[in-house]
Amino acid sequence: MTKNISDGVETLPLPQLDEEERAAKRKEIYAALEDRDVTVQPATDDNGDPLENSMVLNMGPQHPATHGVLRVVLKLDGETVERAVPELGYLHRSMEKLAENKTFHEFMPYTDRLDYMSPYSNNTALCLAVEKLCGITAPPRATYIRTIACEIARISSHLLWMGTMVMDAGAITVFLYTFQEREKIYDVFDMLTGARFTVSHCRVGGVASDISEECANYIKDWLKVFKKKLAEWRGLLDRNRIWIERVEGVAVISKEDAIGIGFSGPNLRGSGVDFDLRRDVPYMAYQNFEFNVPVYENGDCLARYFVRLEEMAESVRIIEQALKQLPKGDVRVDDAKQSFPWKHEVYHSMEGLIHDFMMTDTGLQPPAGTEIYHAIEAPKGELGFFIQSDGTGHPWRLKIRSPSFCSLQALPHLTEGGMIADVVVAIGSIDPVMGEADK
Amino acid sequence: MQPQKLTPPEIHAILSTEFGDAISALDAAEPMPSITIVDKAQWPSIAYLMREDPRLKFNYMACHSGVDYNDAAGTLGTVQNLESLGIHGHKMAIKIKCTKAENEIPSVAEVWRTADWHEREAYDLFGIVFTGHPDLRRILCPEDWEGFPLRKDYKVQEMYHGIKVPY
Repeated sequence: MTKNISDGVETLPLPQLDEEERAAKRKEIYAALEDRDVTVQPATDDNGDPLENSMVLNMGPQHPATHGVLRVVLKLDGETVERAVPELGYLHRSMEKLAENKTFHEFMPYTDRLDYMSPYSNNTALCLAVEKLCGITAPPRATYIRTIACEIARISSHLLWMGTMVMDAGAITVFLYTFQEREKIYDVFDMLTGARFTVSHCRVGGVASDISEECANYIKDWLKVFKKKLAEWRGLLDRNRIWIERVEGVAVISKEDAIGIGFSGPNLRGSGVDFDLRRDVPYMAYQNFEFNVPVYENGDCLARYFVRLEEMAESVRIIEQALKQLPKGDVRVDDAKQSFPWKHEVYHSMEGLIHDFMMTDTGLQPPAGTEIYHAIEAPKGELGFFIQSDGTGHPWRLKIRSPSFCSLQALPHLTEGGMIADVVVAIGSIDPVMGEADK
Repeated sequence: MQPQKLTPPEIHAILSTEFGDAISALDAAEPMPSITIVDKAQWPSIAYLMREDPRLKFNYMACHSGVDYNDAAGTLGTVQNLESLGIHGHKMAIKIKCTKAENEIPSVAEVWRTADWHEREAYDLFGIVFTGHPDLRRILCPEDWEGFPLRKDYKVQEMYHGIKVPY
């Protein structure tokens, strides 16, 4: 006698609901989910069955792969993305309003918090804009220190991008490797600026402190190790079949679209536009160095990956050349009307103290009615400051043109028509940081 | 196409032969020479010409900022930094003004797609209405925020969803 498998097992009674009642119950649940911050809701509910309709999925604002607090509302048909609408503003801290009530030096610590992967670039962008507005030229040693620090910041930013991007695609190992090296970079910044993370080391007319012999040697030693590590990571990923199949041909954007939508930096070069502000509109000391600008034609995630990886190698070259050429001299303009006086002057002379007070209290006063838009090549792309001056120490209007804000606009273009799993990779590949997108 | 970098007066000359009095004289003040659009209604066609004319080819909007001039007439405005990226390499700033009472400027989101979010930002923070914009909503502030924060006469609201706003 065969024994029935369910014999002796107490089965739960099936729910006795007829179809109408079931549909009513569903509607009730969906009505409760009507709130705009829910995660899932059916888009068109004729009969309310989510399996037979397109569905609206809220990705974020708290989602590990959105790199901060980005919210993307996705309309899905099965696994295909029909529409994607990015929503910003969850990290809005009214930077531009704050700037209007601060002197340029007071505003500098706020720029640290814009793109918090590379605070030094943000400081430099602000300082260069203000210097150009006031007609100040920083001494050569200061520009070299800025260049070195900006390139280290670029490596730091790209390392974080690489770690998280590869983690988004499903591999955690690389994340741990890159964070080991970022720890070294924090040590470099600690030695150079006195702060590990939010550095605020740039000053209008120079930098706050000179680079020490110890720090220069530490960077040199670290670069040797870093080059080896970079080659190792490339060995892990460059020909890794899983990685390539995950990112190749995903989130493609053409050259014309990339320019039109406002891509800049590595994203733009990943789409085949040979443009780099460091080479084409040289600022600081970049005209003195030899470096290549990597450009890839494909415009997909893999192209953007290669661009960033090669940029790191180029940054290493720039830092090596800069350390070799590092000129001697002051690190700040020796003019109390243009820059902070030296600390020993402040402590030992009345004039120094007065100048320090005036610079802190009143601040630099660019001529009334002058305007400027100055951009630099930050790790994420073109970081620009538009400043309007009314002749006082506070900017009348200070607009931050942040690269992440512009590249995030491309998200619908990149993801619509693709798979939902590729949204994560697309967000990762354009490297947004909500700190600067939301300002 | 041979890259040919034009100077600001040359760019102004090309635009003024096409559009005459719709644009102002060139403000050549360094470091940011600018042209003001007098006839706002013409702005989308000027923008389209600037993007498409083979001599100009301004294909890239680098920056777009709203400005509050805070004068007696309540002038608001936008400053748009355009660039011919990768083609000619020249730059130009375009200014358009409106007032708080008549706060409309035609949108150029169709010409430069970057302008889409930048115009939303200017609307959000200054209350400039860009007519013809495909999706003019607030972008940085919450949808139900009151007032336009970057206007100079902005007073913060007392309560927001039961939270006291001024500190």
